[in-house]
Amino acid sequence: MKKPTSDRVFVKGNEAVAMAAIEAGCRYYFGYPITPQSEIPEYLSRELPRLGGEFIQAESEIASINMLLGAAATGVRCMTSSSGPGISLKQEGISYLAGAELPGVIVDIMRSGPGLGGIDPSQADYWQATRGGGHGGYRIIVLAPASVQEMYDLTMLAFDLSDSYRIPVMVLADAMIGQMKESIVCRPRPAAELPAKSWAVRGRQEGQPQNVVRSLHLGDGEMEAFHWQMQARYCLVAEKECRWQEHRTDDAELIVTAFGSTARIAHTAVEMAREAGMAVGLMRPVTLFPFPSDACRKLSERCGRFLVMELSTGQMVDDVRLAVRCGTSVDFYGRPPGAGSLPTPEELFEQIGRVYRAGAL
Amino acid sequence: MKLIFGRPQSLKDMETHFCPGCHHGITHRLVAEAIDAHGLRSSTIGVASVGCSVFLYNYFDIDVVESPHGRAPAVATGVKRARPDRFVFTYQGDGDLAAIGTAEIIHAANRGEDISVIFVNNTTYGMTGGQMAPTTMIGQKTSTTPYGRNRDKEGGPIRMAELLAQLDGVAYSARVAVNSPKNVIQAGKVISTAFRYQAEGRGFSFVEVLAACPTNWGMQPLKANARVADEMIPCFPLGVCKNTAEL
Repeated sequence: MKKPTSDRVFVKGNEAVAMAAIEAGCRYYFGYPITPQSEIPEYLSRELPRLGGEFIQAESEIASINMLLGAAATGVRCMTSSSGPGISLKQEGISYLAGAELPGVIVDIMRSGPGLGGIDPSQADYWQATRGGGHGGYRIIVLAPASVQEMYDLTMLAFDLSDSYRIPVMVLADAMIGQMKESIVCRPRPAAELPAKSWAVRGRQEGQPQNVVRSLHLGDGEMEAFHWQMQARYCLVAEKECRWQEHRTDDAELIVTAFGSTARIAHTAVEMAREAGMAVGLMRPVTLFPFPSDACRKLSERCGRFLVMELSTGQMVDDVRLAVRCGTSVDFYGRPPGAGSLPTPEELFEQIGRVYRAGAL
Repeated sequence: MKLIFGRPQSLKDMETHFCPGCHHGITHRLVAEAIDAHGLRSSTIGVASVGCSVFLYNYFDIDVVESPHGRAPAVATGVKRARPDRFVFTYQGDGDLAAIGTAEIIHAANRGEDISVIFVNNTTYGMTGGQMAPTTMIGQKTSTTPYGRNRDKEGGPIRMAELLAQLDGVAYSARVAVNSPKNVIQAGKVISTAFRYQAEGRGFSFVEVLAACPTNWGMQPLKANARVADEMIPCFPLGVCKNTAEL
């Protein structure tokens, strides 16, 4: 594999994640094999030792997220990756990371479920990712790449966001983007002003305070104070870090909303609709938490019809319905994940036509 | 006046929350003495586990990471790999280490992580009120074995020091007790050896400490202390199970 440079390289989405992590300065990776993300640990098992880093194939997903917790507590950049069944196991550790305000990057290459499910692309872990799959009430930042280039760019961004806010960040992609090969530009790590990690455990030196990384709060009012502090931080993240993309929404009479792989297919379908004379636009959330609610609301003030498309029976559609102006019509088209259920552009075009014509009546 | 006995530097001047007759206090002191003896205070990162020992950071004057239940060896692995120049130890109870954390302890040991593990075995879940632990002895009554632990239904007590000694990555595995002055002195030596082995990069070191839990055993402190000698040591023999320096 080529070393990341500014040249174009032709790589899988999973490899792009691994390359971006290295460029971002991540030298510690802990994981467990699971399809369809195994290229990430394979790539890093080869590259990290050469860079003086550490790669551990842990005994379980639970162990790997807790190794990440330990490494993160020392202040280094670190990452783990998995897919649905493994992400479920990691929820314990993610809750502890959130409780201890530790940064860390978790990559979820979604496959179909529930249970063992299948290894096909899925978007049915949207709720798990955006609602905080573990206990206690917390938020993590969730980034949704829709191309191999974005797998690289958003993984890079994930490390900066996580360090800035001391909130775990999840890169939420699916089997299709993970396995797909595309030509990308490996941009160098951007300069960013990040807060010093004065909270990290380093061994207590004379004259320095004792550093304790913990999530246990038993004192009267302590737990409540923690929650209010985090709530304020989540609001700040929502205010500053919403990212989304709009395509041909200016004059649209119908806004298609989709993320990740489905947004790629929907983009083609929207172009087909435009060629067929329908005024249709695409709104693609890039951050799923924070969800670009304001952007959705603003669009809904001008355009009263939305059509949400997902590779599930409908999860993100909840967030769109919560965001849009009262009275906006929000339709949904989706298919449950599983072998053979990935929709074609023609199929989505047909659905766009159905909803568009119904609105024109 | 000459001070001939004092608090180890690595301990804070603080009252503990431990019950009267609990052996955590003695064990904390021995760990702190070993840290001081090897001059490790400023390079130590402790990993606290879930249970009565979680308040490690309230008593030790060192940096500490709190771990989820049973995951301390995985957390310590992450700490040590990121900071190989630091001295890293976990302090775990029997429910934490030998039940919910079985996979983490076995695999950290098998990888030969350069960490030290202090395993406090009091045959019960202390913090949650005295339920059956993986180390509960046959016939021992707990709040979830009201008729006594039954080998046919619950299996027998797990002997972790012997079990871990089988693994290649383990440099040192021993079991001690702190129920008598003689045993306390011996326990101090063993803990000190375990810590020295890490400092020397020999691999994983493990010390099981047999401990009394008077409150959850429903015993007066003296009676609980006597039980360690009368029932626990016959079930969990003291000694060094493995010492690679002597192989």
